[in-house]
Amino acid sequence: MEGTTVLGRLTWQPADVIGMVAETSRAKTIAFDVPGWAGHRAGQHVDVRLTAEDGYQAERSYSIASPPDGTRVELTVVRIADGEVSPYLTDDLQSGDRIELRGPIGGYFVWEPPLGGPLLLIAGGSGVAPLMAMIRLRAAAGSDVNTRLLLSSRGWDDIIYREELERLNGNGLTVVHTLTTSQPPGWQGYTRRVDADMLAEVGPGPAERPLVYVCGPTPFVEAAAEALVHLGHVPGAVKTERFGPTGS
Amino acid sequence: MDELMLDGNAVAGMLGQVFTAEMTTATMTCGNCGMAGAVGAMRVFRGAGIVMRCPHCDNVVAKIVEADTRIWMNFGGMQALEITL
Repeated sequence: MEGTTVLGRLTWQPADVIGMVAETSRAKTIAFDVPGWAGHRAGQHVDVRLTAEDGYQAERSYSIASPPDGTRVELTVVRIADGEVSPYLTDDLQSGDRIELRGPIGGYFVWEPPLGGPLLLIAGGSGVAPLMAMIRLRAAAGSDVNTRLLLSSRGWDDIIYREELERLNGNGLTVVHTLTTSQPPGWQGYTRRVDADMLAEVGPGPAERPLVYVCGPTPFVEAAAEALVHLGHVPGAVKTERFGPTGS
Repeated sequence: MDELMLDGNAVAGMLGQVFTAEMTTATMTCGNCGMAGAVGAMRVFRGAGIVMRCPHCDNVVAKIVEADTRIWMNFGGMQALEITL
């Protein structure tokens, strides 16, 4: 399971849409076939470039949600109403279309089975995407490393990968949800934003020296990382990845 | 729109066009406070160009502008950039 080392500069390469799945009312997973893809590691991301007919180009970064799988790369995109790129990706893109990707990128926010655990994965909204690549890789590799996923979503129907996470729960993986805006009737789980008390309850605590990965919108990541360090987690063991405005 | 703040992971692709090594794990040492940290952990603000700030003291460590076939980089706020080959 050596990480793929790409020697040489990153370049844009064509990516063909081979499938689309609606995850929630706002989020879609887009599957690409990237000819010549050299493989990726769980947690890495790609840059996406769109080129308009008049030559105007826009770029955004998206985490890879799929585990390493040949030339297949899946991205989960949340539609931002006034966004420049995401509405095109979620509403207009169709199977057979071609866009450009640059990657894989990142050696910092990655996990592979030899790194072991325990794992504490904390996500806000679509920040679950790179963590899902780790969870899927963990499952595919038959790893039973102790893993907790704390996922903050607005409501039950906004939980990305909800059914797959329900299926994967067990074998050392515990999925905990907090629903910050609306909850289904009879909801017994958390209803507030991630805080130190919640993190202490979800565990594993600092004494177990977990590898911690936090991904979400910037304010979410800042708050979670601060709470983790407050609880005594070693800053160097807390890896973060932030993304820009999502309306979250 | 201070939520335009990203982190160094978001500029690693751009840097990867120039440097052949993996850049999120490269170490930047701040020219102001001397803190050394991974590029992936730097604070990044995206506007017309990219501004990278030290997460410890907020000093501007790097400015990068990319246009067409050129890339302009100012590493004036950085003491060192250490890259694993």
